[in-house]
Amino acid sequence: MTSRTEILSRIRRQPLEQSPLPALDGPWISFADRETQFTQVVTGVGGKVRVREPRLALAELLLALPCMENAAQIVCTLPDVRLGNASLDDFPTPQSLAAVDVAILPGEFAVAENGAVWVTDRGLRHRAIYFITQHLVLVVPRHEMIDHMHQAYERLRFDKPGYGLFISGPSKTADIEQSLVIGAHGPRSLTVVLDGAPPGGAAS
Amino acid sequence: MATIELPVIHSKAADAFTKNDARAHWHDQALWFIRVKRDRLVHALPEWETLRERASAIKQHMISRLADYLEQFEREATRHGAVVHWAADAAEHNQIVLGILHRHRVQRVAKSKSMLTEECHLNPFLERHGIEVVDTDLGEWIVQLRGEPPSHIVLPAIHIKKEEVGELFHEKLGTRAGATDPNYLAGAARDRLRDVFLDCQAGITGVNFAIAETGGFVVCTNEGNADLGASLPKVHIACMGLEKLIPRAADLGVFLRLLGRSATGQPITAYSSHFHGPMPGGELHIILVDNGRSQILGSDDYRRSLHCIRCGACMNTCPVYRRSGGHSYGATVPGPIGSILNPARDPGKYSTLPYACSLCASCTDVCPVKINLHEQLLTWRRDIAAGGHLAWSKRTAMKIGSYVLNRPKLYGLAGRVGRATLRWLPRFLVYGPWNAWGKQRDLPPPPRRSFREEFRQRKSP
Repeated sequence: MTSRTEILSRIRRQPLEQSPLPALDGPWISFADRETQFTQVVTGVGGKVRVREPRLALAELLLALPCMENAAQIVCTLPDVRLGNASLDDFPTPQSLAAVDVAILPGEFAVAENGAVWVTDRGLRHRAIYFITQHLVLVVPRHEMIDHMHQAYERLRFDKPGYGLFISGPSKTADIEQSLVIGAHGPRSLTVVLDGAPPGGAAS
Repeated sequence: MATIELPVIHSKAADAFTKNDARAHWHDQALWFIRVKRDRLVHALPEWETLRERASAIKQHMISRLADYLEQFEREATRHGAVVHWAADAAEHNQIVLGILHRHRVQRVAKSKSMLTEECHLNPFLERHGIEVVDTDLGEWIVQLRGEPPSHIVLPAIHIKKEEVGELFHEKLGTRAGATDPNYLAGAARDRLRDVFLDCQAGITGVNFAIAETGGFVVCTNEGNADLGASLPKVHIACMGLEKLIPRAADLGVFLRLLGRSATGQPITAYSSHFHGPMPGGELHIILVDNGRSQILGSDDYRRSLHCIRCGACMNTCPVYRRSGGHSYGATVPGPIGSILNPARDPGKYSTLPYACSLCASCTDVCPVKINLHEQLLTWRRDIAAGGHLAWSKRTAMKIGSYVLNRPKLYGLAGRVGRATLRWLPRFLVYGPWNAWGKQRDLPPPPRRSFREEFRQRKSP
């Protein structure tokens, strides 16, 4: 008997009463001003949030970020921003990304409740870029801001192979006497840029 | 169980820890600090209790149909290109990992935090077979360099002071002598472990949640170490206990909201990675491990312990854990939940753990998946006594207690003798080795009259 059969039969031997699967409707928390809530949480976990004013070009804002100072290797995969001196396709292996100073990547949506941004490996040659870069900048459309995680999973689909993750703040550790150290193994800083037209109506 | 190992005597092991009073106090405060952080976040969320109820109901449902969900998970994960393995016990799990590593001629593997691999003692096994395993979570790496197990499931090095980390790193990494700045020390670890990440041929991670519906799984870290280990080398091995399964992806909405807040008082961990299939050109292996879980599943009393999401909240709040340290439990999972899971695996070895508890129920109050921890701990005491695992001293004390309490006259006499003599007896006669209760505390002054005497007097005018 294989372990698979053995384990399954061991479990099935226990006659357990069926217990219903609960619905996932709320009431869940909502925020009158999601951007303020999001900014507070991200700042609280050691990240930064910048909101782009319409009169300022995105590239200009990005270039002025503190992490761009002295950055030698910059990778930017935003479709309509020509910035950076390397394309992800220039890197043959994920290991070769070790020299990247700043990565500027799109985020799909942001969650006000916990300051998380959803990103995926769609169109990315190496998913390692999210962790191996010294500094990470995520650009998220302003209208893609939701209240909480339940709304996040309403829009996510996992029917194809792929990789996605929530990022909330820079990499960090408190493993030495509970002292917070920013920049554990992954990025030493995270900046979330909220871009595009402001959301119509505060609670839309 | 047939394994013959020395039993863990929690109170003896705790003695060693509490001998250094200042340090025990420091440990207590460090954990309480996390409990307070947790409270702050929990109280800011009006739906906290609803989330706990949903999480508990989801887990209960999952466990009631576990076999079906495991099959569904296997089907979906395979469809995405992952290879699913089944391991009945720790030995089989370790063999499967070794087989995969051998096939890829792996010499060095980067491992992120996984209590399952600790439970299976994977590291020493792989090292015996010539494979270098590097624990990449900073806390786990610190304890690995010290040659000891983690003392907490979320904060593996919570028992270690920064001065000791400084000494350790000075010796092993050549950092400045006497350095204690956490930023400097963590920076040195970052540099050294970067080399490991860039130079390893496989990554091993645990699993926080596996989704039956989609065949994917989620790994949560703050450091980004699991993610680096699973994104740089081509081979990713994910090890999970059967109980990590949840039915739907949408259930993650509930669990990710609970986990970070309960574990460290964060709204969510920095990274919550969702893996569905291997990365392009890579390999993904998922190992489903039973190792005693299906046995717990059969027990009406302890089944709910399988709801555990390993957040560590019960440890941070437990007055015994905080003051006795994780190592005093002699097991991978310490604290209240460990005192339930470990006796289930080996009641002979872990019979003292359910007594490392004051039944204060604080663990039950904070548990995000509503495990009735303190009730299960009490039930364990019954089962340990029934199974003949109770220590002689406890057994005898219980017998005497039961004999006296069953005889009202004798009980009354014992009370009178106690009230009369305790007042005058010299200290060394009262506080001898036979009085375990009075080891670190004094008995209250004996009352003049018993309750019954008092009652009789007040009733009569």
